[in-house]
Amino acid sequence: MRFLRLLGVFLRVGVMGEAAYPANFLAHLIDSALELGTALAGLALIFAHTATLGGWRPEELIALVGVYFLVGGVIGLVIQPGMEQLTESVRDGTLDFTLTKPADAQFLVSVWRVEIWKMVDVGLGLVVLGIALARLGERVGLAQAAAFVAALVAGGVIVYSFWLILATTAFWLVRVENVLVIFQSVYEAGRWPVSIYPGWLRFALTFLVPVAFAITVPAQAIAGRLTWPALLGAAGFAAALFAAARLFWRIGVRHYSGASS
Amino acid sequence: MKGLADLYLQQLKTGVASIVQYRATLVIWLIGNILEPLIYLVVWSTVARSTGGTVGGYGAGDFAAYYIVLMLVNQVTFTWVMYEFDYRIREGTFSADLLHPVHPIHADIAENLSSKAVSLPFIVVAAAGLAAIFHPAFKLSLLAAAAFVPALVLAFLVRFLVDWMVALAAFWTTRVTAINQIHYMAVLFFSGQIAPLTVLPRPLQVVANILPFRWTIGFPVELALGRLTPIQVLTGFAAQAAWLLAAALLLKLAWRVSVKRYSAVGA
Repeated sequence: MRFLRLLGVFLRVGVMGEAAYPANFLAHLIDSALELGTALAGLALIFAHTATLGGWRPEELIALVGVYFLVGGVIGLVIQPGMEQLTESVRDGTLDFTLTKPADAQFLVSVWRVEIWKMVDVGLGLVVLGIALARLGERVGLAQAAAFVAALVAGGVIVYSFWLILATTAFWLVRVENVLVIFQSVYEAGRWPVSIYPGWLRFALTFLVPVAFAITVPAQAIAGRLTWPALLGAAGFAAALFAAARLFWRIGVRHYSGASS
Repeated sequence: MKGLADLYLQQLKTGVASIVQYRATLVIWLIGNILEPLIYLVVWSTVARSTGGTVGGYGAGDFAAYYIVLMLVNQVTFTWVMYEFDYRIREGTFSADLLHPVHPIHADIAENLSSKAVSLPFIVVAAAGLAAIFHPAFKLSLLAAAAFVPALVLAFLVRFLVDWMVALAAFWTTRVTAINQIHYMAVLFFSGQIAPLTVLPRPLQVVANILPFRWTIGFPVELALGRLTPIQVLTGFAAQAAWLLAAALLLKLAWRVSVKRYSAVGA
């Protein structure tokens, strides 16, 4: 409960910080809408030539694009800004102040920066998902919806843990912000179902950079193509990775000695 | 002329030194430049296989060949001046460059070439790796190989001038990301990146022939793959030459107007 209240405070601070620049909202909306338009136009081009792509029907791939924007939006909203701030604080030593605060430090560094305009991507992603769901119609039952939410949560936890592990390496390597940028450029590969990629790339996108869990698996759940064992596997992987990230974070903090003056 | 040659030589040296220093930036570009063609390669070969034949005259192996060559052509011709300009104007670092006695475009061309000299070996290795994995259907012809080099040089020049002109928008507005996004979309669709042009609907193909982008990427690729008739090759060279001339003139004009408007935003 306390965590939720703190999260609310950080979100409110984020809104207040940006509310002074309302024109930015329009600029971000235009940018994101153009990006979404590109993605959908690409799909239209492909489905002008084929009925299914690697077994995925058009409306299922639209759902996948929706998940891509939704998850990408959440990453850009809290995860990425927070983790970038973390690597910076390790470098200049300001993490000292955070560690002395009476709340869990891992939680604080995870939500302390909010890039509020990324809400636009979250919103667009939800709209696209809604459109895809409407077109899929009654094929999506209650079980699918539940599986989708579960897969989305698991995917989110996996992506978060992955970012935290990368950012925590800053305690030893100090300069890691470029590693974070690399994740961003690989994330683009998730706009397509990973099942169409050759085995080595599929493996990399599943375990080295867990784009598959974040995007393909939830989209599979909507399409009713996710088996229960696969969902359980994703949930188990999420739990394990979260525990590993937590452990690694603690080791990192113990190693931290306040880099700057 | 000799002064300009010295300038290029010096800029190339500094450029190489700086890119070797900032290796991470290099890795980030490489991933982007390899991943994007790879994604479309996989998508279109999947489409070709699922239709059991060819799409727009390309089979699965042809798509592999197309995108491997595209990766190399894109490596030679791509630019990042739009993103550089945005930063330059916002932070005001352009003020010093404007005082130089030579046009700042020369420093940009030299910087572009030096980064590419460093990254080229990696792209070649990546292309060889992809060729081993995806079994591309290459059929080399002497005519194509001979014409490919001048086509590539012209493609580089046209793309550089056009991108530099688009980048000048930063003089007029501090919000260039939307303009960059539209430019990126136009390049994606009309240059042959999202798909070979014969795969596009007919009206889009007509537009692509008029715009400069096809002549900076798609044309050299199709040329190298021996997909063009001699007439089409000649038309392509004519289009490249025309766009080079037009872009140079327009740039000269746009530059004069834009510099007058220049005011640095940063300190």
